[in-house]
Amino acid sequence: MKNIKKLFSALFMLTLIPLLSFAQEDDQVLKAEYGKFALTNAKIYTVTNGVIEKGTLLINNGIIEAVGANVRIPDDAKVIDVAGKEIYPGMIDGGTTLGLNEIGSIAEAQDYREFGQLTPQMQALTAVNPNATAIPVTRVSGVTTVWTMPQGGVLPGTAATINLFGYTPDQMFAGQKGMVMNFPSTGGGRRWRRLSEDELKKRQERAMKEINDTWDKAELYAKIENSNDVRNYPEIEALVPVVKGEMPLFIEANAAQDIQSAIEWVKGRGYKNVVLTGVAEGWRVADEIAKSGIPVITGPVQALPTRDSDSYDAAYANPGIMSNAGVKVALRTMGNENTRNLPFHAGFAAAYGMGKEEALKAITINAAEILGIGDQLGSIEVGKKANFFVATGDPFETATKITDLFIDGYKVPMTSRQIRLYDEFMNRTPGVDKTKPVIDIKKK
Amino acid sequence: MKAKNIIVSLLLVLCTSAYAQEVPKGDVLFKGGTVLTVSNGNLENTDVLVRDGKIARIGKNLSAPRGVETVDITGKFLMPGVIDAHSHIAGSAINEGTSQVTAEVSMEDVLDPYDVSIYRALAGGVTSIHLMHGSANVIGGQNETLKLRWGLTDPDQLRFQGAPRTIKFALGENPTRGARARGIQPQSRMGVEMMLRNSFDQAIEYKKKWDAYNADKNPRKIAPEYDLRLQTLVDIMNGDVWVNCHSYRADEIYMLMKVFSDYNIPRINFQHANEAYKVAPELAAFGATASVFADWWAYKLEVYYSTAYNAAILTENGVLTSINSDDAELIRHLWHEAAKTQKYGNLSDDEALALVTLNPAKQLGIDNRVGSIEVGKDADVVVFNAHPLSVYAIPLMTYVDGIKYFDKENDKKDMRIYVDPESSIEEVTLFNREDMHRCMEGADVLSFEDLFSNKKR
Repeated sequence: MKNIKKLFSALFMLTLIPLLSFAQEDDQVLKAEYGKFALTNAKIYTVTNGVIEKGTLLINNGIIEAVGANVRIPDDAKVIDVAGKEIYPGMIDGGTTLGLNEIGSIAEAQDYREFGQLTPQMQALTAVNPNATAIPVTRVSGVTTVWTMPQGGVLPGTAATINLFGYTPDQMFAGQKGMVMNFPSTGGGRRWRRLSEDELKKRQERAMKEINDTWDKAELYAKIENSNDVRNYPEIEALVPVVKGEMPLFIEANAAQDIQSAIEWVKGRGYKNVVLTGVAEGWRVADEIAKSGIPVITGPVQALPTRDSDSYDAAYANPGIMSNAGVKVALRTMGNENTRNLPFHAGFAAAYGMGKEEALKAITINAAEILGIGDQLGSIEVGKKANFFVATGDPFETATKITDLFIDGYKVPMTSRQIRLYDEFMNRTPGVDKTKPVIDIKKK
Repeated sequence: MKAKNIIVSLLLVLCTSAYAQEVPKGDVLFKGGTVLTVSNGNLENTDVLVRDGKIARIGKNLSAPRGVETVDITGKFLMPGVIDAHSHIAGSAINEGTSQVTAEVSMEDVLDPYDVSIYRALAGGVTSIHLMHGSANVIGGQNETLKLRWGLTDPDQLRFQGAPRTIKFALGENPTRGARARGIQPQSRMGVEMMLRNSFDQAIEYKKKWDAYNADKNPRKIAPEYDLRLQTLVDIMNGDVWVNCHSYRADEIYMLMKVFSDYNIPRINFQHANEAYKVAPELAAFGATASVFADWWAYKLEVYYSTAYNAAILTENGVLTSINSDDAELIRHLWHEAAKTQKYGNLSDDEALALVTLNPAKQLGIDNRVGSIEVGKDADVVVFNAHPLSVYAIPLMTYVDGIKYFDKENDKKDMRIYVDPESSIEEVTLFNREDMHRCMEGADVLSFEDLFSNKKR
């Protein structure tokens, strides 16, 4: 009996050891690790080559070196046994302001909107704050790469793909920039500042003319850019790579009529490297989008229908309807601090008609390909960058936890300010005893 | 004798119809589902019989009494209807922002039964909401607890009869921003405290006058002036009106507990309370409760130091906690928001589901009627195709008082019950993240937009 007690107390002490070492981490700075890692006994969702039930993922110098059921593990590799867990390529959000917006209501903390309607020379990547608080908060949920976008006006600037780890914008840059254009909208603007039909129409016509004048100039500039007479014209110069087809153009259009007009406009201009974004009413014109062959980044999925007369689940069903019609679809949260909810937007899209497999593609390989980084990211394939996470199960399921995270080959610590606050306040010291004299509860 | 009875019952009928039109109540037998009672665990393959809008029996192999419809829910999940303790849907106005104290106004007077958001919330499994006044002033208006009886057009028919009266208070950035725009107090959290104390002191003076008047035996006594604003504050101090306080930071939450302690007000429900986790032991000791977001943060300075673990920390520290929406979209998946406490914290299924059912019911004082599946409670229930803590769960049917108000199978797409005959084109409203908060809507010192952000456009 005594021995059993002893055994139990010894076991109890043993269980305490990891807790103690965990507590010590409070004072430590957790740093990312780089090198050669082998993750073993994992169920690996490659996305592009099916599921490996029990496999090994080997990464070296930031690159996936081997993946499969029978991978030889080099002696110098750090082995991480992830038995019972699942590996997925890092999730990619096709539209955020991450890194550009520290606090919502404070102008001084926001850098996603420049003054002016035509500012295509602005570059979101310049203003990305690698130390934004929301970045670790986002990545510990498995979102490893985002499209971070400038907002407002007609041509607010270029957006960029960024990996959610790094200490300079260039360390974070994932390889592709794209021109953002807000297609003149016939839809009402703000919920509480509605414009009349006439005002909307006038505004739209004015914006259309402005856009066409601008692109006319850009096309002209592209023709004469090497002549001696060309003068410095940064706004127009910034558009030249788009005219030449070297840089993709991301056209934001949401109302059905605007989506149709945008498709017509693209056809008329003859631009080839184009993506439609937003596309909230894509379900109304899904076949036309499919016919155009233009890929789509849509979201947020967890959103209200655009019209009072629409079915309550129009926004949930939108990605599935487009994808079933043959449109290549990626998803976005259009979020900032809650970009971490990307898997839940995908989960809703999956539940309302898109299906799990297609929804997973929409936030991995499709997103990567549409954003022009499909050769490097978006799936677990040999030669691709090591951007992936380990999860306790289906990453769309709300309760699933992410246990390990690799970005650009770095094993990134699973911590954020929100997690540190949890660790500090779950069992606060001192607790209530010290404060009892302050709040006099005996009166009640 | 008989005649007397008839007269009495006639009078009763007259009285009730004058009070409010009778609301419809239904009978139904749910057959063979998994019943998530929230209060008594999960019951597999169980039937629930509803009679006259109430849960009459829970058990195996129940048979439907004559004339009672049977709904086969084999393989599906039945749970109590979701209750949103913080909503602004179904309100045609949100803020009375003309004074820092507007305790006299009530959301009861601005109920909008035609708001299509009601149907959309039902489609998200919601059966009751706490329609709240906005947060533009320190002591705002009175709120109204509703049942989402979509299709009934008499506002009174949406009211949750018998629900305790509640009132909105607001601390921090919203009330001080409004005051700053007008050049009045309070413009700081110091000023907010003093505005509260002043208001209660005035109410005490007011009460003294009335007490003296009531005690006065002189037949020629003259009544003091009646003041609904001060009387409402007296009602708060008497415990007849429950305070729901918009708050974010730990210091202001703590301040309000001290003020209420001084004025002997025992009950507070903190709304939003993003930093409540920092003073969770104090909230528990006071007996205060909190109704929070699952994960909203960083949309303004006072929510910058938030954590998505808030609800879990509060629950584990013994604070009665609910998760609310404050938003016409978020309200549609509160069960999913509740599930986030299993990602951010390790709450059990029952604990998580209680955050959007039984706990908000307790906070609103309606837990004797709704919030769990128990015999005798109102048949406000929702049927899901999968466990409601799964991201893939889809609400299929929503019942209030045993009447089905949402049925995915029979959803007509356009569910409006009123179409403006003067509108020539239909409004297309696009997503705008800055529109998500209605708390400051209509506080027209400045435009909503300017109030909510300090951008100079």
